[in-house]
Amino acid sequence: MFKNFAPEWEGFKAGRWSNTSVNVRDFIQKNYTPYDGDESFLEGPTEATTKLWEQVMELSRQEREAGGVLDMDTKIISTITSHGAGYLDKNLEKIVGFQTDKPFKRALQPFGGIRMAQTACKAYGYEVDKDVVEIFTKYRKTHNQGVFDAYTPEMRLARKSAILTGLPDAYGRGRIIGDYRRVALYGIDMLIQDKEHQKETHFVRMTSKNIRLREELSEQINALNELKQLGEIYGFDLSRPAKNAQEAVQWLYLGYLAAVKEQNGAAMSLGRTSTFLDIYIQRDLEKGLITESEAQELIDHFIMKLRLVKFARTPEYNALFSGDPTWVTESIGGVSVDGQHMVTKNSFRYLNTLNNLGTAPEPNMTILWSVRLPQNFKRFCAKMSIKSSSIQYENDDMMRVTHGDDYAIACCVSSMRIGKEMQFFGARANLAKCLLYAINGGVDEVMKIQVGPKYRPVEGDYLDYDDVMEKYDEMMEWLAGLYVNTLNVIHFMHDKYSYERIQMALHDRDVKRYFATGIAGLSVVADSLSAIKYAKVKCIRDEQGIVVDYEVEGDFPKYGNDDDRVDQIAVEIVRKFMDKIRKHHTYRDGVPTMSILTITSNVVYGKKTGNTPDGRKHGVPLAPGANPMHGRDTHGAVASLSSVSKLPFRHAQDGISNTFSIIPDALGKNTKIFAGDLDIDRLTQEALNEESNQES
Amino acid sequence: MQGYIHSTDSFGTVDGPGVRFVIFFQGCPMRCLYCHNPDTWKLNQNMLVSTEELLNLYHHNEAFYKNGGITATGGEPMLQLDFLTELFTKAKQENIHTCLDTSGICFNPEQPELIDNLLAVTDLIMLDIKHIDDKKHKALTGHSNQNILAFAEYISNQKNIPVWIRHVILPEWTDNPEEQLELGWFIGGLKTLKALDCLPYHDMGKQKYQQLGISYALENIKPVSPEIALQAKQQILKGIKKRLLADYKK
Repeated sequence: MFKNFAPEWEGFKAGRWSNTSVNVRDFIQKNYTPYDGDESFLEGPTEATTKLWEQVMELSRQEREAGGVLDMDTKIISTITSHGAGYLDKNLEKIVGFQTDKPFKRALQPFGGIRMAQTACKAYGYEVDKDVVEIFTKYRKTHNQGVFDAYTPEMRLARKSAILTGLPDAYGRGRIIGDYRRVALYGIDMLIQDKEHQKETHFVRMTSKNIRLREELSEQINALNELKQLGEIYGFDLSRPAKNAQEAVQWLYLGYLAAVKEQNGAAMSLGRTSTFLDIYIQRDLEKGLITESEAQELIDHFIMKLRLVKFARTPEYNALFSGDPTWVTESIGGVSVDGQHMVTKNSFRYLNTLNNLGTAPEPNMTILWSVRLPQNFKRFCAKMSIKSSSIQYENDDMMRVTHGDDYAIACCVSSMRIGKEMQFFGARANLAKCLLYAINGGVDEVMKIQVGPKYRPVEGDYLDYDDVMEKYDEMMEWLAGLYVNTLNVIHFMHDKYSYERIQMALHDRDVKRYFATGIAGLSVVADSLSAIKYAKVKCIRDEQGIVVDYEVEGDFPKYGNDDDRVDQIAVEIVRKFMDKIRKHHTYRDGVPTMSILTITSNVVYGKKTGNTPDGRKHGVPLAPGANPMHGRDTHGAVASLSSVSKLPFRHAQDGISNTFSIIPDALGKNTKIFAGDLDIDRLTQEALNEESNQES
Repeated sequence: MQGYIHSTDSFGTVDGPGVRFVIFFQGCPMRCLYCHNPDTWKLNQNMLVSTEELLNLYHHNEAFYKNGGITATGGEPMLQLDFLTELFTKAKQENIHTCLDTSGICFNPEQPELIDNLLAVTDLIMLDIKHIDDKKHKALTGHSNQNILAFAEYISNQKNIPVWIRHVILPEWTDNPEEQLELGWFIGGLKTLKALDCLPYHDMGKQKYQQLGISYALENIKPVSPEIALQAKQQILKGIKKRLLADYKK
């Protein structure tokens, strides 16, 4: 569809990406230069980088002292073009752009919910402008309002009791990755041309489905035009493709910036950009236009900007996520489907920012790990992991099978093909609490009221495995149905009132939508059921007859020790719950998936889950993700990891996470103290030399 | 054949080369003051397992152990000689690298051939020499070091089995430079010496003593810094070189 080979593409190898359609993957595969060498080529920070970073550190200090927020916008509603240009130091910055007119000033984003915006402001001593509040209560409905208009009483109750928890019904769902690389490769005009074509060639019969898509495509085109204006605000012409490395980084970043100006999503991930950008850097290096130091500077300044993405969020939100995460996840490395690894020099440069700017949790650098990554890169990753503890690893060999070689991770584990797949983020269902509901016939053990269906509770003093499993199965059946329907409401309303215009503009027209669900408390459930099966578990009831505590008599196998007796229970629960999810209708024909990944929220969930039959007490955190319960894996790391690795990926395709920490001494010997290899011949030679030195 | 073990660890990284499957044997005749596994002292306790069961556990995760193998430690593995010999024999039949972590206390210099079957299937021995001075050795462990030193010379100089020497640096006990030199002199005489580990004393075993209701003799001794252990290693290395030089000139 593209008439000419754009002049900005000179030096690139042509292909489907330049002849027929928007196809970034094809561009990368035809043009990237794999790098097998080591890190010795890397450069340290330039003077400008150091100066800018000092300024950032100073602003961070001021922000901490001000109680966590330095400045907030209370009047201007954040859109792609809402603010003028903002800089740290215009003369020093190679990559520019902030969410508002100055760094560290948080934007006002009320489309998800005006109350959330108000609470966030109030928590830090700010007040949202009266007119804005009036507009978003009287005249412009928000996502949050829409959801609560449609929720059933049962949904509200399940939300309150936290058997369904972390639902994106009051905040942005996130987990959508725009293909920001398209902005650099094609420029806005070609992308609009493509979108117009998509609209022209779509169904003309006006069903509600087709009307919705036509409206969305128009919104996407509007957003692209606004992105072009955002470029003008900073003095760039985004209508055309980027012509060099600096422009490529800048174009790509502005695409991302437009997304975070528009959406305060739970995870605003970046995609897979390092190897894409390497192609531009490599071209400039070969032409002698830039030096390695300048290339590193571009990446340092880009990463610096990503570290400064900030949102206005409430203290409760931060408690749920244990901090103020933005999940700017960048996926690095991996192997292409033809077997060639995709590590480039720029993969090293990204990790090198941890040297040049110091360590930081954002952007969340994620290595798509394969046994076939080059040895030098693996070694560098290990080195940087030891140094920074800031790198995440994911199994490319496993994900490549379903996602090919141009996917990326959103948030911490959700994989999706960039620009072709998106996800409806669905938080999680607390399966540990569900087990307690099964035991108590749907009565919540903390609130002491009927939340689930009034099934028969367990009777007698001791729990019987078959009896509990039968009841648990029924309770999960109920929970799965309620869960999927609650998410249907949420995503319907999010699309309606807080549609991700620019992110979806950087997708194909017909995207595959994953309908993501998640579970929490898997190891508690597995251990509880194991205790019931292999030990004796006595129920302790309160005066109302609700089972509120358990006495475990005897020992039982615990998940995390490579013991199939309990590991298979965990496997069974994952499969079962996923199958129950699959039974239900999903909004926009989303493909149901499930994750086991509560990396930080497990602490809050623990507070809301009563005593459990495995002996865990009310308030004790659930284990993160698919981890064994803390301290119960007693057979070493391999056994612990083996238990986790038994969980079936095809029933938890949205990702399985395992948080692994280990003291360095347990990973091998400290070479300073331990000799490792002693070579007697060498020692003898040394002794002889020492002796002759003394004699002379 | 069955034997008593205390536990297994699926991820041993300091008990021999590579990542290893580590078996802690139950029972030990030594009573080293700094022992951090007092729960392995008593005989015939904890888990009764067969050699097949142990090898099955190994095979279950063998992908992790391709550069490692099996390590028998404890406790004192050589107390259950037949069980240990069978385990290592089967392991060698499958080409699994075998490593024995021992105090050498069970060695009888009158009848060295008793352990020849075991040595024939042992790839590496990690030998813990607690003290070079016999009197102090007795005070520290409850036993003489004579058989232990004889064991070292037998496995190394007669049987040619690669040996790693381990030595714990304990204040007031093993921090005398003269004795360290002397220890080095002895070690330097082992022809198959491959490594020397100087382990700084730590008191992480203390809690176990409390749980077992045993009094902890080293209550007043503080853990040792890596720097002190490094100094000790340099001193022992000096002794080793002295010996090597002397032997070279012979």
